[in-house]
Amino acid sequence: MEKRVVFHNKYLPYLLVAPQIAITVIFFFWPASQAIVQSVLREDAFGVSSHFVGLDNFIALFEDEYYLNSFKVTALFSTLVTVIGLSLSLLLAVTADRIIRAATLYKTFLIWPYAVAPAVAGALWGFVFLPGPGIVAYLLQQMGVDWNFHLNGAQAMFVVVVAATWKQISYNFLFFLAGLQSIPKSLIEAAAIDGAGPVRRFWTIVLPLLSPTLFFLIVVNVVYAFFETFGVIHSLTRGGPAKATEILVYKVWYDGFEAQDLGGSSAQSVILMAIVIGLTVIQFRYIERKVHY
Amino acid sequence: MAKVTLKGVKKSYGQVKAIHGVDMEIQDGEFIVIVGPSGCGKSTLLRMIAGLEAITEGTISIGDRVVNDIEPRDRDIAMVFQNYALYPHMSVYENMSYGLRIRGMSKSDIEKRVQRAAEILQLQPYLQRKPRELSGGQRQRVAMGRAIVREPSVFLFDEPLSNLDAKLRVQMRLEIKRLHQQLGVTSIYVTHDQVEAMTLADRLVVMNLGRADQIGAPHEVYARPATTYVGGFIGSPAMNFLSCRVENGSGGPRAVLSDGTALALPTAWSVPPGEYTLGIRPEHLRTARPGETPHLMLEVDVAEELGADTLLHGKIAGEELVARVPSYAGYHDHSKPGLITDITLAHLFDKESGLRIAV
Repeated sequence: MEKRVVFHNKYLPYLLVAPQIAITVIFFFWPASQAIVQSVLREDAFGVSSHFVGLDNFIALFEDEYYLNSFKVTALFSTLVTVIGLSLSLLLAVTADRIIRAATLYKTFLIWPYAVAPAVAGALWGFVFLPGPGIVAYLLQQMGVDWNFHLNGAQAMFVVVVAATWKQISYNFLFFLAGLQSIPKSLIEAAAIDGAGPVRRFWTIVLPLLSPTLFFLIVVNVVYAFFETFGVIHSLTRGGPAKATEILVYKVWYDGFEAQDLGGSSAQSVILMAIVIGLTVIQFRYIERKVHY
Repeated sequence: MAKVTLKGVKKSYGQVKAIHGVDMEIQDGEFIVIVGPSGCGKSTLLRMIAGLEAITEGTISIGDRVVNDIEPRDRDIAMVFQNYALYPHMSVYENMSYGLRIRGMSKSDIEKRVQRAAEILQLQPYLQRKPRELSGGQRQRVAMGRAIVREPSVFLFDEPLSNLDAKLRVQMRLEIKRLHQQLGVTSIYVTHDQVEAMTLADRLVVMNLGRADQIGAPHEVYARPATTYVGGFIGSPAMNFLSCRVENGSGGPRAVLSDGTALALPTAWSVPPGEYTLGIRPEHLRTARPGETPHLMLEVDVAEELGADTLLHGKIAGEELVARVPSYAGYHDHSKPGLITDITLAHLFDKESGLRIAV
């Protein structure tokens, strides 16, 4: 028996995939190619003409200490978001997995933050940490902390990390919970009889079996911290104070649309593109090898 | 090695009672099989002994120690699971040594024990493999190896053979039996397969709806089932049950079936007259030879040819009955043979409670 669906019309399959192809071409390939073209051009001050400058834009970038600083900020930011986000959501998932009563309720609440738009999440945490009326800011000031994340770079980093992590916890939680639930209960019981306490079981049985999920989430979280946190940063700190929270993506936007340096901005886009391609390759290579233990 | 004692053990999940009170004394080195259909509570009972389920009421002791509040790891037991429960990310060697490593045993001692267990189970060539690279039977052996290396006082088996194909099951059954003879460790084995139960057990526990209907040696359980349930569960094909009224006539007691057929009971039986259930095993019925007066007349619907034997399915006094007769007798569908039974091998049960009547 032929189980596959067979299209007898030669053009129908193409017609069916056309919308997806069109979207990909218009919103991904075309802008990407434009970025590559722009990255080797320099525009005049009025945006009227542009001329070819080779790799000058890239060379200028790596001589720009703000750009190098942005790398450091991004590295710190994405590490914090990934490590804190994954640790907290794993803790929540392990706890939720043990709960029997009202488990669905907890799970539902834990999933909600994922539905919040990044800009809204940013605004929300902006209120919470707003120097003066913000509830957490108020408590911190009561405790004698000189709190103003609009002025203090470290505090600003703290706030954007909190907001970005909070938004991603739901996603991580879902994957961790699914991963935990796919570990057969009898494995845990066998380990318990073998003599392993809960902590030991976690490190020697649960975590190794969860490692494909963990690795997948590390990649996803790094990509998230790199690219999807623009809204959070824009609504909270606008990359400041003094570029303390200016991650690479934010700088692309700022240099291109605020500073009107399209060439430099495009060169940064091309570098980001290379990073994301690298991450994707690692993810596929490693996960395909590691997912079947 | 140790004996295991269960005293009034009960288990409830909220309002639902799963185990209604089981008392049992398992001797040191004994092989006990708990048998029953799914949902009878046999696995729950085993998991309570393992410490994987809390005990609602009663006590379980291993050796001289009540273990109700003792963690599974401190009960000195090892368990073989139905799905093997091997750690998929560890090699066979690591799987078997996991418990020993946790207990902080020295590397050389671990090596010795694992090698010895691997030798017993013929696993030496596979020690460095991962479980996914093994066949079902090999995985099963690794699971047993993991239990053996621990040298526990009690082995617990939770339907360990039910994931294997029929041929392998027979082979592994024999291996488990040999292993027990070799190691002599107290073993508690749960299964729903009565052949496994009969062949492996020193003593059998037949569970029914959360109760232990009968505890006894396989032959005793077969020859003197304590309830109609046990009679029907142990033995294949199942025991025939006929409703009857026992009357004490001049020629001694007799059982009268609903269609008036009367079967003379052994004169030695002293049974008060009344309504009973008569149990006759299919293998205790034979067809009447020429000149013999048959005890029962069977109307055969279907004759199932098994090779050596033929199963005659039919009705007597409106009740289903199966007789197992030699194939050479040549009976076929819709024949009407007369049957002879050795009434001394028959069983009498109370009609209401299903309990065996001592005669």
